[in-house]
Amino acid sequence: MTTPEQGGTVSERRNRSTLVRLIVSAFLMFGFGYALVPFYEKLCQVLDVNNLNKQDNSLPLNTQVDRSRSVTVEFDANLHKLPWNFKPVTGSMVVHPGEVVTIEYEVSNTRQNAVTGQAIPSYTPSAAMQYFQKMECFCFKQQTLSAGEVRRMPVAFLVSPSLPKDINTITLSYTFFEVPGATASVPARDASAGAGG
Amino acid sequence: MAAIPGGADHAHDHDHHQPSGIMRWVTTTNHKDIGSMYLWFSFAMFLVGGVMALVIRAELFQPGLQVVDPDRFNQMTTLHGLIMVFGAIMPAFVGFANWMIPLMIGASDMAFARMNNWSFWLLPPAAILLTSSLLVPGGAAASGWTLYPPLTVQMGIGMDMAIFAVHILGISSIMGSINIVTTLLNMRAPGMTLMKMPLFCWTWLITAYLVIAVMPVLAGAVTMILTDRHFGTSFFNAAGGGDPVLYQHIFWFFGHPEVYIIAIPAFGVVSQVIPAFSRKPLFGYASMVYATSSIAILSFIVWAHHMYTVGMPVAGQLYFMFATMLIAIPTGVKVFNWVATMWRGSLSFETPMLFSIGFLFLFTLGGFSGLVLSMTAVDIQLHDSYYVVAHFHYVMVAGALFSAYAGAYYWLPKWTGHMYDEKLGKLHFWLSIVFFNMTFFVQHFLGLAGMPRRIPDYSLQFAEFNMISSIGAFGFGLSQLVFLVVVLKCIKGGEKASAKPWDGAEGLEWTVPSPAPHHTFETPPVFK
Repeated sequence: MTTPEQGGTVSERRNRSTLVRLIVSAFLMFGFGYALVPFYEKLCQVLDVNNLNKQDNSLPLNTQVDRSRSVTVEFDANLHKLPWNFKPVTGSMVVHPGEVVTIEYEVSNTRQNAVTGQAIPSYTPSAAMQYFQKMECFCFKQQTLSAGEVRRMPVAFLVSPSLPKDINTITLSYTFFEVPGATASVPARDASAGAGG
Repeated sequence: MAAIPGGADHAHDHDHHQPSGIMRWVTTTNHKDIGSMYLWFSFAMFLVGGVMALVIRAELFQPGLQVVDPDRFNQMTTLHGLIMVFGAIMPAFVGFANWMIPLMIGASDMAFARMNNWSFWLLPPAAILLTSSLLVPGGAAASGWTLYPPLTVQMGIGMDMAIFAVHILGISSIMGSINIVTTLLNMRAPGMTLMKMPLFCWTWLITAYLVIAVMPVLAGAVTMILTDRHFGTSFFNAAGGGDPVLYQHIFWFFGHPEVYIIAIPAFGVVSQVIPAFSRKPLFGYASMVYATSSIAILSFIVWAHHMYTVGMPVAGQLYFMFATMLIAIPTGVKVFNWVATMWRGSLSFETPMLFSIGFLFLFTLGGFSGLVLSMTAVDIQLHDSYYVVAHFHYVMVAGALFSAYAGAYYWLPKWTGHMYDEKLGKLHFWLSIVFFNMTFFVQHFLGLAGMPRRIPDYSLQFAEFNMISSIGAFGFGLSQLVFLVVVLKCIKGGEKASAKPWDGAEGLEWTVPSPAPHHTFETPPVFK
């Protein structure tokens, strides 16, 4: 009885110290789970991800008008198989980066029926595209002109202040394409509505 | 407090001389009794979770809603997952550990026999909490086993019951793991160094450390949900400045090691069985130990591959993708070692070996689909689809469950003293492997075609594969009853088993008679 008990006490002591260490580890890991909360918040803050309270500071940046330099913006108008007259009211202008400018294009329908067109913008140099921000543009939606209609359409834009210094002239060019079928359905719908009424 | 009998269990036995009837099982501190209780408990929970799976498959047999309403369906998927992971697979391997580790290392019992009793008897209350939550108003937790907020913050009392059940199951498995680590570190027979331990002991040593490291993190995560629900904290509530994505990070910090907690003991069992039936020592023992440890360490740094779609930075996605792919290397080492063990062995194909080879094939397949899912770009397409369901059933069912069967058939003669019915065992294997593949292989196609998981209805183009899968599931479920018959028959009688019924088996457990007497290795054996 005595010999195994003495052996027992030694192994008992060893077992006890292992037990204590493992229980402490388990509690530490429980704490670690909670420590992940501030750790996660800090990490999101540092990496600037997932920040729900973040101000969208891209807008205030754009309103900072950079008066130290100016850019020439040229306006161009093209038609693709469309019997319209289409031209910018202003041929070109000098703007400061960050300045909001509104210009107008004039378009007239020379046909005897309604025609729907869609304008597609393009930029020269093409690298300027990402710095050219349009707030309002007739190219955002299709334009339907009734027979002989003349329309003035505004474009509100700004050139981002982060425009590279080596770009001094930007050409904004629109091409109007006819949207086939879009206008044909308009009178047809009118007719059926009239028949129904 | 007589909690720690240690080497002094002679005295212990005189104090409690074998109460009979139910009290024998309630008060037992014997590792073999507790091991048996763990195994029976896990099998019972396996059947309960299996019935839930069959409810799911019955609902998915045809498009439309026929069997259960969607709310019940969600409760079924949730409880099926929780019960299978925490109630069936984990306790099954703890049962193996309790039975076999003292026998394998020549110890008389587990280090803390009284705590061992406690860690088992915590399980039934947790199981009752989980299953009875189906009956409370609002029903059981219906958030999926991952318990993601905000759903879990909004649900009824069934959610609280699930949280407490997870707490209890966590405490139980931590206690069990502390016991296993202490036993393995301090109570090995003289001469048995760590690198001479059977590989099953190694895998459990590593697993137990994983459990102690991550189960408390899960406990923390569900405690945060609990305080968010009832005590006005805002860990995961965006309105209060919290973040639901944070829960996913904490959960998967637990969750990924958890899948290895399930898989690594399965590796251990297979590493015992394959050498025995190849009649060759395990190929690359040391590399197996290092590979298992690498898998365990890597498991801590790959968790976010479960959540590629939360909108993490590309650098994060790339990191988690490559770290995840890295795990294929130690896993490949293990697979090739098992294959090399069989290479030019004198193989025989008894049921344990069949299940081990089934494990080897299908676990590798599941590993490959895991590799597919590790790729961020692919995963974003397959996330939360049936492809994922197929993947993790290949590693959980064909991996962990098949290996548990291999172990059960392998050690049944040692436990009961009788040989099991080999014919029925083989029938069980062939039915299982055919119906398993019928159930889950087609789910790869469903997932690739875009069928989401955890949804009770689906569009018509998925009908055929779902029908095949449901038929397979019922076949698979019913075939598991064959195992019950085998075990009951084996307990009642059958051919007497010798101390070492498998001629190729190695290890101290085969030096004690079959059935293993109540007390073994009271004086430590000498291990050469």
